[in-house]
Amino acid sequence: MAETTTHVAEPTRRDFLFIATGAAAAVGGATLVWPFIQSLAPDAATVAAGAPVEVDLSPIAAGQIVKVFWRGKLIFVRNRTPEEIKAAEDVNLASLRDPQPDSARVKPDHAQWLVVYGNCTHLGCVPLGNQGEYNGWFCPCHGSVFDTSGRVRGGPAPINLPIPPYAFVSDTKIIIGQEEATA
Amino acid sequence: MSQYSTTYVPKSSFGKWFESRLPIASLVHSSFIAFPVPRNLTYFWTFGAILVFMLVAQIVTGVFLAMYYTPNAALAFQSVEHIMRDVNYGWLIRYLHANGASMFFVAVYIHIFRNFYYGSYKAPREVLYILGVIIFILMMATAFMGYVLPWGQMSFWGATVITNLFSALPVVGETIVSFLWGGYSVGNPTLNRFFSLHYLLPFMIFGVVILHVWALHVPGQNNPTGIPIKSGKDAVPFTPYATIKDIFAVVVFMIFFAYWVFYIPNYLGHADNYIPANPAVTPAHIVPEWYFLPFYAILRAIPDKLGGVIAMFSAILVWFLMPWLDTSKVRSTAYRPLYKQFFWVFVAVCILLGWLGAKPAEGWYVIVSQIATAYYFIHFLVILPVLGFVERPLPLPNSILESVMGVQKGGAGMPAGANAEPQSKG
Ligand code: HEM
Ligand code: FES
Repeated sequence: MAETTTHVAEPTRRDFLFIATGAAAAVGGATLVWPFIQSLAPDAATVAAGAPVEVDLSPIAAGQIVKVFWRGKLIFVRNRTPEEIKAAEDVNLASLRDPQPDSARVKPDHAQWLVVYGNCTHLGCVPLGNQGEYNGWFCPCHGSVFDTSGRVRGGPAPINLPIPPYAFVSDTKIIIGQEEATA
Repeated sequence: MSQYSTTYVPKSSFGKWFESRLPIASLVHSSFIAFPVPRNLTYFWTFGAILVFMLVAQIVTGVFLAMYYTPNAALAFQSVEHIMRDVNYGWLIRYLHANGASMFFVAVYIHIFRNFYYGSYKAPREVLYILGVIIFILMMATAFMGYVLPWGQMSFWGATVITNLFSALPVVGETIVSFLWGGYSVGNPTLNRFFSLHYLLPFMIFGVVILHVWALHVPGQNNPTGIPIKSGKDAVPFTPYATIKDIFAVVVFMIFFAYWVFYIPNYLGHADNYIPANPAVTPAHIVPEWYFLPFYAILRAIPDKLGGVIAMFSAILVWFLMPWLDTSKVRSTAYRPLYKQFFWVFVAVCILLGWLGAKPAEGWYVIVSQIATAYYFIHFLVILPVLGFVERPLPLPNSILESVMGVQKGGAGMPAGANAEPQSKG
């Protein structure tokens, strides 16, 4: 093999080509990873299956909790009794881990209906309804306690049960999955 | 070891022809036949062979299960029942695989605590040890994803709780979790990818095992005295001594394994996993498989979501630092009177954590979990480093031979200072 000159002090055109090739390969490699990572995200069919669902409230008795699914996620629809509403409203907000007034968690004039995601905000178990210290929910997995507004009141859960997007179509019907009642 | 041939010389002309093209026979010869093994090894050194056997057993039974199993959320549970009832000997293959996972962990825990006791993680075996910890982490991932496959209630809720651990990460947590799920909750896409990975990971483990054995064959095996082989008299050749002993240990372990498979095949499982997955109801008492319990107890001991997750992962990651946290120059605990006591306290704390992991997280269980978790970390971060400075080790024998045969009269002993190890300073 012919001798190669490697001990040149100044950068040569060869150095430039070397670095440019390396950079192109690095960018190319990183770009190639992108579609593979993206393929792991919820796919088009799963997203499409997230079409809004209607829930008829009329068969839900006072005090009853009904479970429905939207986008594969569990949702509780709770018909709250007047005592439960009062308990949820009469709370010192400063004492809450994730302070939120009850009025911010229900729709105006529909304080009777609480609609929340049904998976514990700790690690995702399904809390048991009408149980726990505040008669809201109690999570059997690691003991998180939620009140009748679905707010966390004890245990490891960091935040309140979130509210899914929903709207009242009529007084006895809601649509889950959109914020406006235009079904 | 002069009485045994150490270099491989092919005898046949085909052997010579092959050897000059692919010297695999001499590699096997030097690694598993002539390889010098300390003469004082106990049965605690047979667990490496038992682990290799278990890995192969899991792969063989798994490949057969995969022929009859259907990775689809609507069909998976049915297909496992089909394996149990209709496939010829399907019940046996599945029970071997399900209990095999537990046996794999029994063996790996003994193997790991053997390392802790005899200081096998110390120089010059740090890389060997770290590869072992990587294998353990891959095993946990594999077993977790395998447990999801039958798609029973425990499968589903175990998957939900464990994947949700990542939601504790600030900002990116929710995105990561939806990328793990391939949806907005654990569902069919999750099952599909877990099956794919459950099939892949054991082969990755196999690759790391090869590196692990390679790294073992550089410094050679540690032994109950912790001092290295200094002369041929300290060692015996791998074959027949270690080979036969390993085979015997594997057979005894198979008897133990068979007891579970044939007499109490569901003892280590959970009855709830014979109920098909139901995303609307969580079982009243969800518990992970026994081999995860100590880590689960640590997770639950911390009353904060992110904190619990960090503590749980740190409980394993701290193992990586052990070669540098342990400041003692003496390897074997047999010569470390103080560490010996702390070692057994640590074993007791790990077992206690395992027991707590299976209890509901309420009342005094939580308080005891917190104390045990604190002790677990103190052991690694305080006791190990401090002991190396304050402890006065017992005198080490001059050689492995001497530790086995007693001090030899008439010059067989080593000159003073000969057990210094220039290669292992660090
Ligand atoms: C490191 C090695 C492995 C471990 C620790 C392991 C662990 C597990 C566990 C704990 C289960 C759940 C058993 C149950 O409760 O039913 C399982 C199921 C399964 N595994 Fe593995 N596995 C390993 C290797 C493999 C391999 C290599 C394959 C495929 C080639 C495989 C295929 C399967 C299949 C199809 C199932 C579902 C059937 C069933 O649940 O019994 N496994 N595995
Ligand atoms: S999942 Fe509800 S408390 Fe942990």
